[in-house]
Amino acid sequence: MRRILSVLLENEPGALSRIVGLFSQRGYNIENLTVAPTDDETLSRLTVTTTGDNRVIEQITKQVNKLVDVLKVQDITEGEHIERELMLIKVKAESSEDRIEMKGLSDIFRAQIVDVTSSTYVVQLAGTTAKLDAFIEAIRTETEILEVSRTGVTGLSRGEKSLRA
Amino acid sequence: MMSGAEMVVRALTQIGVKHIFGYPGGAVLDIYDALFEAEGIEHILVRHEQAAAHMADGYARATGEVGTVLVTSGPGATNTITGIATAYMDSIPMVILSGQVPTSVIGEDAFQECDMVGCSRPVVKHSFLVKKAEDIPATIAKAYHIAATGRPGPVVVDLPKDIVNPKEKHPYTFPDSVHMRSYNPNVKGHRGQIKKALNTLLAAKKPVLYIGGGAIAANCSDLITAFAERLNLPVTNTLMGLGAFPGTHKQCVGMLGMHGTYEANKTMHNSDVIFALGARFDDRVTNNVQKFCPNATILHVDIDPTSISKTVSAHVPIVGSVDQVLTDMTEMLDVSGDSIDAQALTTWWQQIEEWRGQNCLAYEKSDKVIKPQQVIESLYKATKGEAYVSSDVGQHQMFGALYYPFAKPRRWINSGGLGTMGFGFPAAMGVKVALPESVSVCITGDGSIQMNIQELSTCMQYGIPVKIISLNNQALGMVRQWQDLIYGGRHSHSYMESLPDFVKLVEAYGHVGIRVSDPADLDEAMEKCFAMKDKLVFMDILVDQNEHVYPMQIKFGAMEDMLLSKPESK
Repeated sequence: MRRILSVLLENEPGALSRIVGLFSQRGYNIENLTVAPTDDETLSRLTVTTTGDNRVIEQITKQVNKLVDVLKVQDITEGEHIERELMLIKVKAESSEDRIEMKGLSDIFRAQIVDVTSSTYVVQLAGTTAKLDAFIEAIRTETEILEVSRTGVTGLSRGEKSLRA
Repeated sequence: MMSGAEMVVRALTQIGVKHIFGYPGGAVLDIYDALFEAEGIEHILVRHEQAAAHMADGYARATGEVGTVLVTSGPGATNTITGIATAYMDSIPMVILSGQVPTSVIGEDAFQECDMVGCSRPVVKHSFLVKKAEDIPATIAKAYHIAATGRPGPVVVDLPKDIVNPKEKHPYTFPDSVHMRSYNPNVKGHRGQIKKALNTLLAAKKPVLYIGGGAIAANCSDLITAFAERLNLPVTNTLMGLGAFPGTHKQCVGMLGMHGTYEANKTMHNSDVIFALGARFDDRVTNNVQKFCPNATILHVDIDPTSISKTVSAHVPIVGSVDQVLTDMTEMLDVSGDSIDAQALTTWWQQIEEWRGQNCLAYEKSDKVIKPQQVIESLYKATKGEAYVSSDVGQHQMFGALYYPFAKPRRWINSGGLGTMGFGFPAAMGVKVALPESVSVCITGDGSIQMNIQELSTCMQYGIPVKIISLNNQALGMVRQWQDLIYGGRHSHSYMESLPDFVKLVEAYGHVGIRVSDPADLDEAMEKCFAMKDKLVFMDILVDQNEHVYPMQIKFGAMEDMLLSKPESK
């Protein structure tokens, strides 16, 4: 089962490597991972997407929580939540038909074209992992994909529940 | 105002460190210089840094205090890794101060540079790379706090050379107390869960108390004994928990697990409630988890939530320190006045006595060759069961665990989790340094002892008169046993050819060596060994090479599936 864990940790050198090390050391999967400081600069928030049955997820949560640098861990997929991933995708855009087609496709997906050259577009798209995957599939049938960069998933639980120190 | 090096020494003094096990080198010379005039701290110069870590470990296990190691950067630091991993697996409090190259050259592959924080990361509870001299006192205070609290463990403090520069002076502030918002181990168990566990236990017809190393860390043997006696519960100790409940007590059914007693494993398998205190359902205990104790409701107390439901799911999990939980439980019992079904317990005990009647530790003596079991029994007699016994890893370790019943906690010191050969001798040294009046023994074998034998020299330098009882079977006995049982007797590379003359070897180091090969001489030689109180005595005891450790659980089986003696050869 796919799970998204939010981790609040000290914004200190080495803290990230402890988390990543823990996952590899204990044989847990990392599908993707994103991390940055929060509004409180002494803290970082890390979001990791992983897979496993309930027992594995429980162990992961407990093991991450046990790290001395970690303040809190929350499985946001346990309840209602919002998840987003950002993608930048560079595609070939040479003929005018191609360019029109891609503009149309971007509009359907509410993506933005953020860089234009005579032969390429860079399209920016935010959404769930599934939406990003769908966009890639759609655009692949129209033109050649030159490169893709995705941030990995970040997320928050809905409502008043928040992950604070 | 103080230099970083002086701060290190001052902080250690303020924490109350009395002994450091270490080895100097370029990156820590400034710290060593500051140590030169320090009062109240004794430094033991080892012969190999791995041994320094094991000494600090033995020191910590015997006393419950945090052991301290000081080593230089690069190889000095990496040599401690096995010792750190050993302490980590067995939850032993230890602080390792390692030198590091100056911050200006970190990452440039400088001479004796090694990323110690990175190397040690998977085997430490936590680690610090100190970047500013002013941070030294607070960091060292945190390191000792983290090492000793919650589930204890080793903590590394990496100290780059430029921050301990004796020429640069900084203000020194040692914190009054340590607060970390991200580190607050839970020691108090949930009262509702404790109540639930107690009710389940009281309703049991075939209960068993399963005690692990966590009970020793929590220093609550008296509490456990009183609780077990009050409810008339059978008790089994893990390899790490030996002595937490007295092995000499009539309610003790002995050690459980791979080489556990027949009655301990049978009691576990057939129980209806298992009350686990500070034990972690390790694979050397459970055998095949799919077949583990099929009728048992599991009540599990552990200070570390990750130990609960890791391998075997707990029906009633309780996160907390064993002493706190048991105190609460005893109080609840006092208030309610409830008791257990005495009738059922009587029937249960009759069954257990029947299993005990199997007499699984019986072995055949010979008048020609010494049996290893016999050596441990002789050791028990000579030390009246009161020695601190450190063990290496192998057959001798299991013989020690089975044939020397420990009446008190912290007396049995062994590498249970990592299984580190070479641990026993330096650990015994650490015990003797911590408790000079005690009798400190190392049970070892001809394989293990050679992994840290260089420390004979350290013992001579500092006068550390430990007793080394070496079961010499001229083979790697446990490997050989497995090869006999599983590999059709193909003894691939388990035979120790060209062993040294151990008696001459220890004599060369200035100690006393005694060789025994005749069973008739054993007890007398043992008495002689312990009569030499101020001498390190090495007993080279030639034992039966073909002896196996039994009982032994059958691979992939349930707890109760055991071999009690050598199977008939096919």
